[in-house]
Amino acid sequence: MSESIIPGGRVASAGEAIPGGRVASAGEAIPGGRVAPEARIETARVQGLDTGAGASYSTTENLDTGAGASYSTTEGLDTGAGASYSTTEGLDTGADASYSTTATLDALDVLEAEAIHVIREVVAEFERPVLLFSGGKDSVVVLHLAAKAFWPAKVPFPVLHVDTGHNFPEVLRFRDETVARLGIRLEVASVQDYLDDGRLQERADGTRNPLQTQPLLDAIAAGRHDAVFGGARRDEDKARAKERIISLRDEFGQWDPRNQRPELWSLYNGRHTVGQHVRAFPISNWTELDVWRYIEREGIALPPLYFAHERDVYARDGMWLAVSDVSAPRAGETVERRTVRYRTVGDLSCTGAVVSEAATLSDIVREVAASTLTERGATRADDRLSEAAMEDRKKDGYF
Amino acid sequence: MSEHIGDRVASASVGLDTGADASYSTTEGLDTGASRPTRPTATGTLFRFATAGSVDDGKSTLVGRLLHDSKAILADQLESVARTSAERGFGGEPGAIDFALLTDGLRAEREQGITIDVAYRYFTTGRRSFILADCPGHVQYTRNMVTGSATADAVVVLVDVRNGVLEQTRRHLAVVQLLRVPHVIVAVNKIDLVGYDRAAFDAVAADVAALANDLGLPDAHVIPVSALAGDNVVERSANTPWYDGPSLLELLEELSTIDELETDLEALRLPVQLVIRPQGGLSPDVTDAAADELRDHRAFAGRIESGTVKVGDPVEVFPAGVRTTVTGIRRGPEALAEASAPLSVALELADPVDAARGAVIAAAGSLPAPRRELDADVFQLDARPLATGARVLVKHGTTTVQAIVTDIRGRLDLDTLETTPTASLATNDIGLVRLKLAADLAAEPYAAHRRAGAFLVIHPQDGATLAAGIVVEAPA
Repeated sequence: MSESIIPGGRVASAGEAIPGGRVASAGEAIPGGRVAPEARIETARVQGLDTGAGASYSTTENLDTGAGASYSTTEGLDTGAGASYSTTEGLDTGADASYSTTATLDALDVLEAEAIHVIREVVAEFERPVLLFSGGKDSVVVLHLAAKAFWPAKVPFPVLHVDTGHNFPEVLRFRDETVARLGIRLEVASVQDYLDDGRLQERADGTRNPLQTQPLLDAIAAGRHDAVFGGARRDEDKARAKERIISLRDEFGQWDPRNQRPELWSLYNGRHTVGQHVRAFPISNWTELDVWRYIEREGIALPPLYFAHERDVYARDGMWLAVSDVSAPRAGETVERRTVRYRTVGDLSCTGAVVSEAATLSDIVREVAASTLTERGATRADDRLSEAAMEDRKKDGYF
Repeated sequence: MSEHIGDRVASASVGLDTGADASYSTTEGLDTGASRPTRPTATGTLFRFATAGSVDDGKSTLVGRLLHDSKAILADQLESVARTSAERGFGGEPGAIDFALLTDGLRAEREQGITIDVAYRYFTTGRRSFILADCPGHVQYTRNMVTGSATADAVVVLVDVRNGVLEQTRRHLAVVQLLRVPHVIVAVNKIDLVGYDRAAFDAVAADVAALANDLGLPDAHVIPVSALAGDNVVERSANTPWYDGPSLLELLEELSTIDELETDLEALRLPVQLVIRPQGGLSPDVTDAAADELRDHRAFAGRIESGTVKVGDPVEVFPAGVRTTVTGIRRGPEALAEASAPLSVALELADPVDAARGAVIAAAGSLPAPRRELDADVFQLDARPLATGARVLVKHGTTTVQAIVTDIRGRLDLDTLETTPTASLATNDIGLVRLKLAADLAAEPYAAHRRAGAFLVIHPQDGATLAAGIVVEAPA
């Protein structure tokens, strides 16, 4: 992958030292006027073929399958008069003077462009990227962006699910359907396996979010992943507000917030040494509301629990927790049947639902806009532990 | 030591009704009632700005005010900040809130009461979504200013009306000028503490104008504000009837973004990130009929850094210099007739040109001359000094090449704005250097082309970002 033929017959891969002291980076111009070819996309085929299951799955959501030559509606470019090409007239090309050149792009267009740029940079410069994929809305959006970034090729990297064992069954189903549909490989790091063989112990409070770190780091090492995409956003948490888009991790997966590389313009420095890897956060600059507006605009499929549904729940710590195999009411807590939805998807035992009638994406956009609570404040017990709960987990290698 | 000493807000005086929002920690979950105005659901344009200031000029309060008044701080965040403020006995008055706690995200920052790193905050008014890069004023000020300002459409520099223009104000504005940030706003803060005195404001505004003139900053907007009391931050204030300009937020909503200002002026540049060739590895959503057409599909993926591209446009490809025609523009599966900066697209070309990562697709006739040598202003970011003879990597666009620092021609004195000779550049220094490159770069002067004129200097062994550079015309 990303190999370049160096005059003299050797093959250098990105970052490899070449006799004579040079270091080749992917696509780097090699003295003699040649440019190292960027062949990374080809890896998509290899990975895609791993899971033949996906081939027949070509439905509905996400990328509009019209494919061919017809122009689809470009909702995003709709501001400048006449700038958007919103018909299906085919390829009557742009020499037409009536197109404005001053189209104003809206915030979602710009955020999408930034995210796709980041995803392509990482795929071009790293050997073995992987996307952390929980089936939650943020990782779903990153996967959708990746599909757009490489269309009509497949997404050229696998996804990794850190499975707490405390899953919503509908989220696991969604996860499996999604990877099958896109024809990509799924890697799973199982917290349950670690508990079963004693490498990890269950916590007194029962939450497994902090237990994800070790299986995650082991899976990164086992997959030799040098870049790990995540759907984290800076608006989620104060510690995440200080995070870089491309963020270096040492051999222990640790984040050193006081010693981060400055990130300027859109030049991302992903240089790393053996054992280090980077975390890449393409939607760093998105807010929760941006994510929902984008899901609505693009018609992206989500697990059903994001939409209002009836569920048996009980109140604890100011949240509605679901009755399930791993979460049950204590004495004094009463179970009620309520119409709820989830704003985030995490460990079933500590992720709260919110009372909501929002059954459609436009309902959800309106609801999120009107919300007086952040999504983590409303739904994550583990982030209420302390002012620095997220920072501490991140320093230890959490995503 | 605390940057935000004095940045405090009594809830009574500004209506931070933390107590009133009882919806937090109830079991109601999402309370969609009318207890607070709804944030806008419409998507406006995106505007990036940075805030910078000196110690104790009230920057944290201003940022907190902007976020609070635009409903970007939700009840649980406010409650958390209020609780911490109370635990630390902040301010002494019940309900007093330390706004700095909203932006100081790291434990070390909260413990020391200083801001270490740039923090990014987000809010929206419906007309615009804002990305705010909050740059700490005193630790690593150049590093943080450069980082926060590099992509900013505007920089808001705070000045305490009682102190006027300080050395640090001068440095901040010099960095803003070097980076060609399109808009400069000087917020003259704490105007309430001088009794909304017009003369006090006018004196500072005159100093700012003189400094802007010295620096060659075209139009600096100067606004009298009180971040604490809210004057002219979101709403125009009745306390400053002698000021007839916009409030800070009104101005931020009005100003043009870099892309709005420059897209039409600059020629097309699209650095190729990678080539999409899906033979055999088609996305499963591609129909069989379309798959045949896409068999030999080859598209050049990248972000449009400047200008506009239309289907049918003639283009040239760096470094080969081959001329061809754009036959297709796609954003994902969606075919576009045209696209402008800063969209990420994939271009199809009429001829089978040799263009891989590192190539640049440019409007025909605008191809930049290849450079093997760069003269540049560099902002030294690393603690290790940069000296003549250093072997480094230069990352420019989608290309990384080896380079040698062949000459350090001087260090910019931000106080006198003169260049003085020096042997090496220390952290936070801005210097004029010459770099010899191992391969051609499509670099252009930053003054003519922002994104084609910017680069990083990287340590070849440990990969640290040593410096940020902007290409200048070779000095005589």
